[in-house]
Amino acid sequence: MPMLHTVNKSPFERRTLDTALRHAVKGSAILLIEDGVYAAFDGTVVADKVKAALSDHKIYVLGPDVAARGMSEHHVIDGIDVVDYGGFVDLVTEYDKVQSWL
Amino acid sequence: MKLSVLVNEGPYQHQSADSAIQFTKAALAKGHEIYRVFFYHDGVNNGTRFAVPPQDDRNITHEWSSLAKEHGLDLVVCIAAAQRRGILDENEAKRQGKDGDNIAEGFRISGLGQLIEAGIQSDRLVIFGD
Repeated sequence: MPMLHTVNKSPFERRTLDTALRHAVKGSAILLIEDGVYAAFDGTVVADKVKAALSDHKIYVLGPDVAARGMSEHHVIDGIDVVDYGGFVDLVTEYDKVQSWL
Repeated sequence: MKLSVLVNEGPYQHQSADSAIQFTKAALAKGHEIYRVFFYHDGVNNGTRFAVPPQDDRNITHEWSSLAKEHGLDLVVCIAAAQRRGILDENEAKRQGKDGDNIAEGFRISGLGQLIEAGIQSDRLVIFGD
């Protein structure tokens, strides 16, 4: 069942993004928050994997957490949508279930 | 929609307590109901009124307390996790023979059943933690 998966760890520190991508069925949404936002930036060693995942999943990144790390929206991979906390709430209500990969 | 929030991480640890507050505020601003916020594991440390962060820093416990006051939030601290970490209300302090309590305004101590019930009663349960 498509659902919302949140990932809050950097892909350079933990494997939770890989786990989320492996379990998420087609049509699921992935929301990157906290240190998870590092997966959304272009030019990193995980960027190709994230770009490939965009063909099966909608990927979102929490804008305030991007800004809190001194990065901006133009570091974000094309195709990833930047949302605020209100957008986070909308995603939670839009999908039937939320899985937080901690 | 009816939402509940689970907080598994203490304040000032990483970012989850802050994320949970921001999410809760945004949900309330959009007119959703927050059925309960449950604090588990190190998350119970959100509920001590004895923490004194620097004045120019955010006071996470105060933020929870004032959100609870303003919106009638039910902030529930897991009793077993709380006892391990020295979070006590008046009753528990008396029961354990301690010389004082430290639970912050708007928080209450109860059992894990409150988390299960929140999961059943709410449309969504959103988890923040380490």
